[in-house]
Amino acid sequence: MPTHLDNEQSLVAAAQAGDSDAFVTLLNQYSRHIYRLGVSITGNHHDAEDVLQEASLKAYTALAEFRGSSRFYTWLVRIAVNVALGKLRKRALWKESSLDEPQESEDGSYIPLEIESWGEDPEEACLKNDLQQVLSEVIQKLDPKSRTIFTLRDVEKFSIEETAKLLGLSIPAVKTRLLRSRLKLREELTKYFGKDARNAMPTSHR
Amino acid sequence: MRCRQVIDKISDYLDGELDPELVRELERHLEHCEDCRVVVDTTHKTVEIFYHTEPAALPEDVRGRLNQMFTQKFRKEEPR
Repeated sequence: MPTHLDNEQSLVAAAQAGDSDAFVTLLNQYSRHIYRLGVSITGNHHDAEDVLQEASLKAYTALAEFRGSSRFYTWLVRIAVNVALGKLRKRALWKESSLDEPQESEDGSYIPLEIESWGEDPEEACLKNDLQQVLSEVIQKLDPKSRTIFTLRDVEKFSIEETAKLLGLSIPAVKTRLLRSRLKLREELTKYFGKDARNAMPTSHR
Repeated sequence: MRCRQVIDKISDYLDGELDPELVRELERHLEHCEDCRVVVDTTHKTVEIFYHTEPAALPEDVRGRLNQMFTQKFRKEEPR
């Protein structure tokens, strides 16, 4: 969730009254978050740029419809999610089943493989740029549906109910995928942050 | 509660959506199971780290094209 501008409400009002500079200020505040959302969901930078451009244009065109019942950012994210889902559907990726499911036992329950505590401060173990890159890489190990659910729930902090509604999925389906995604990402991050995992750090900053 | 049930309930536990009785059972299990403690702790850290890490700056070329798109749009709208 980004830092919100103190004068967000007045900027929105000004943008709605036709002040294009106010709209650009709002957009600049949130564009990198929307771009990251696009990368997380679509899995590539080219589509993420399309998501950013199309969502920004749609938001600009529909600005009069924004009533302020949510934050401007939340409204923008909803628009961006719909654009990004459109991209996935076009590429027939939305229905694709997971290519890399977590390991499961015979009865379908999940078995953790990496059981190793992390260092005191995982953020400290990684330079800021590396951390952004690590997170961006590991999330791509999830299938498109799972990484969309994880992004909405755990990065953008939508509720389970709203995540389900936005994606047209049932609440149990969202919960199941979310649990698996969290566990899968935990496994992946343990390779970086586990106490004996320093060798997995990006080679340039070991 | 067994390890497998703890794993199945991690999400609800971390989200504060687990029935209080089950929370007590789960926490009793954690007291004596080091492995589950580690898995719960690192899952919690996973969720936290994704939430708290700011995205990288927008690539310059992407920002440039976005600005250009709007500059052109605003210019077209001006005569109105």
